[in-house]
Amino acid sequence: MIEIEDVSFARQGTPVLQDISLSIPAGGVTALVGPNGAGKSTLLSLMARLLPLETGRISIAGKSVAHTRSDALARTVAILRQDTLVSSRLRVGELVGFGRFPHSRGRLTDEDRHLIDDALREFDLTGMADRFVETLSGGQRQRAMVAMAYCQGCDCMLLDEPLNNLDMFYARELMRILRDLADRQGKTIVIVLHDINHAATYADRIVALRDGRLVSFDRTDQVLVPERLEQIFGYRMEIATVDGQPVVLHHR
Amino acid sequence: MWTPEASIPGDSGATKSPSPMWGGVRGGGMRPQRGPLTSATALRPFAGSLAVLAALAVASLFVGVGTLNPGALVSDPDAVALMFASRLPRTLAAILAGSGLAIGGLVMQTLARNRFVEPTTAGTAQGAALGILIVTILAPGASILVKTVVASIAALGATSVFLSLAHRLPPTQPFLVPLFGLIYGGVVGAAVTYIAWQADLLQLVEVWIHNGEFSGILRGRYELLWIALAFVALALWVADRLTIVSLGRETSIGLGIDYARMLQLGLVIVSVISALTVVVVGIIPFVGLVVPALVSRIVGDNLRQTIPLVAISGATLVLGCDIIGRLLRFPYEVPVGTVLGVVGALAFLAVLHLRPRHG
Ligand SMILES: Nc1ncnc2c1ncn2[C@@H]1O[C@H](COP(=O)(O)OP(=O)(O)O)[C@@H](O)[C@H]1O
Ligand SMILES: [Mg+2]
Repeated sequence: MIEIEDVSFARQGTPVLQDISLSIPAGGVTALVGPNGAGKSTLLSLMARLLPLETGRISIAGKSVAHTRSDALARTVAILRQDTLVSSRLRVGELVGFGRFPHSRGRLTDEDRHLIDDALREFDLTGMADRFVETLSGGQRQRAMVAMAYCQGCDCMLLDEPLNNLDMFYARELMRILRDLADRQGKTIVIVLHDINHAATYADRIVALRDGRLVSFDRTDQVLVPERLEQIFGYRMEIATVDGQPVVLHHR
Repeated sequence: MWTPEASIPGDSGATKSPSPMWGGVRGGGMRPQRGPLTSATALRPFAGSLAVLAALAVASLFVGVGTLNPGALVSDPDAVALMFASRLPRTLAAILAGSGLAIGGLVMQTLARNRFVEPTTAGTAQGAALGILIVTILAPGASILVKTVVASIAALGATSVFLSLAHRLPPTQPFLVPLFGLIYGGVVGAAVTYIAWQADLLQLVEVWIHNGEFSGILRGRYELLWIALAFVALALWVADRLTIVSLGRETSIGLGIDYARMLQLGLVIVSVISALTVVVVGIIPFVGLVVPALVSRIVGDNLRQTIPLVAISGATLVLGCDIIGRLLRFPYEVPVGTVLGVVGALAFLAVLHLRPRHG
């Protein structure tokens, strides 16, 4: 589904990504992990053509990111960036509705409206649909942004730290929704996560970056061993097993 | 409304629900939903402001030095001539210029992602004036159409420079952008004054740079402003894309919009509208700042809904101020820009004190 070949990227002369190659199969949740500054956001931005590809190739669902029309890509891949600022006074329903733009070009059909209502309901925003985004709390705003990406109706979703600002309840709910989308609708979801335990519980695969290099790309249970986690995050952490599930005691 | 219990993490039986759907879990208690994109809410202020504008337009037709009453229109050919040669053109000019100025401001604020810039303070209008001045010096006999084209190109150049510099200013300090705009507009304006002084054209330039007015508007001297209306319509046509552009480069690209092309299109809209108004009536300040700010406070920034409102409100403000200017020292006239200075300041105070809806 997502093919990344020999991708390197430099920012102001400093290499930020070096020789990344990986092939993420269609369907399922892939967690992208790594320390701050590892290059996760940069990689996601390159995948979503928000940054121009310098070296290497990326294709999503057979579409080369560098050579496919942007409006066609917008129907294939949706991106939620790490720090989206909504400075316009838009209502939640309007913002989420703009997720339909690649399909509707601004003329919402009944089906579009139905999908918008659906997205609002899915992310528990129905009661806030008429409120201005600027009046929401950080977590509510984050949910609105995720709902907008969801509303885009793409087979592939790239989410950069969508759990930011979410309380435990909504963080868990979001992960469950994403899991559900992957299982029932076959969506391909790449999600940057900081809590490795969310990855442990909900992700099928883990891609780990460190200092711009790919250090791990494997099934989740294969990555969740102390040696590999130390390699990724730079310190030793214990892994307990609860109900047969690995739990990383990263905070100790 | 955000129900308090819904924000308690892990409350109720929700967490044990087999369905991961939030709505399925707790949607039952939610207020019935209003369609988020219904136009009914947008139509009410629209109809109201249109009615006010229509009333002002009728009033404007009958206010002026030569007495003119509705009855005379059927019997007196002079009255008819006055109506069609002067009153109607002046009224239409105020409406077209007002809506154009307000939309020019709105689009420029969208492009700059800053609410405190507008074409008449940030160099666009001064650029247009520079263009007219250059044509006047180099080709004194040029038609008004040629002047408009050159003014548009000069305005485009001046605005492009402003925007490319404004985009480099740190976004953490939003007041740098308008401040820079004021200085930049001042510099371009000073260049215009200097060149005009050298060329002995100061008197001519005075009206473009400082105080636009409608007293000279007659039939045959305002029709270019219809083109401004066409560009207002163009802005409405691309309203959704402009709204997305206001969400920033990344969101725009993510939704498949050609961000650079939209910026260029927006620049053309701002520049052509500004150039047209400068050529026909001169620089009229405040409208592009006050009207979009007020409308944004009240109905938000979804441009498909706000563009008609901003256009009508801009027309209302300018026409209203022109009428006041005609009445204040009757039979003399106070230039519309002067009246706008006062009314604009009052309106801005109102903006500051107005509580935004859906706070
Ligand atoms: N706009 C930028 N300009 C220059 N350097 C940047 C920019 N954004 C990120 N970087 C640098 O690129 C590296 C990777 O950043 P990023 O991809 O955001 O990391 P992550 O998302 O993994 O925390 C970091 O060293 C960061 O400092
Ligand atoms: Mg990041």
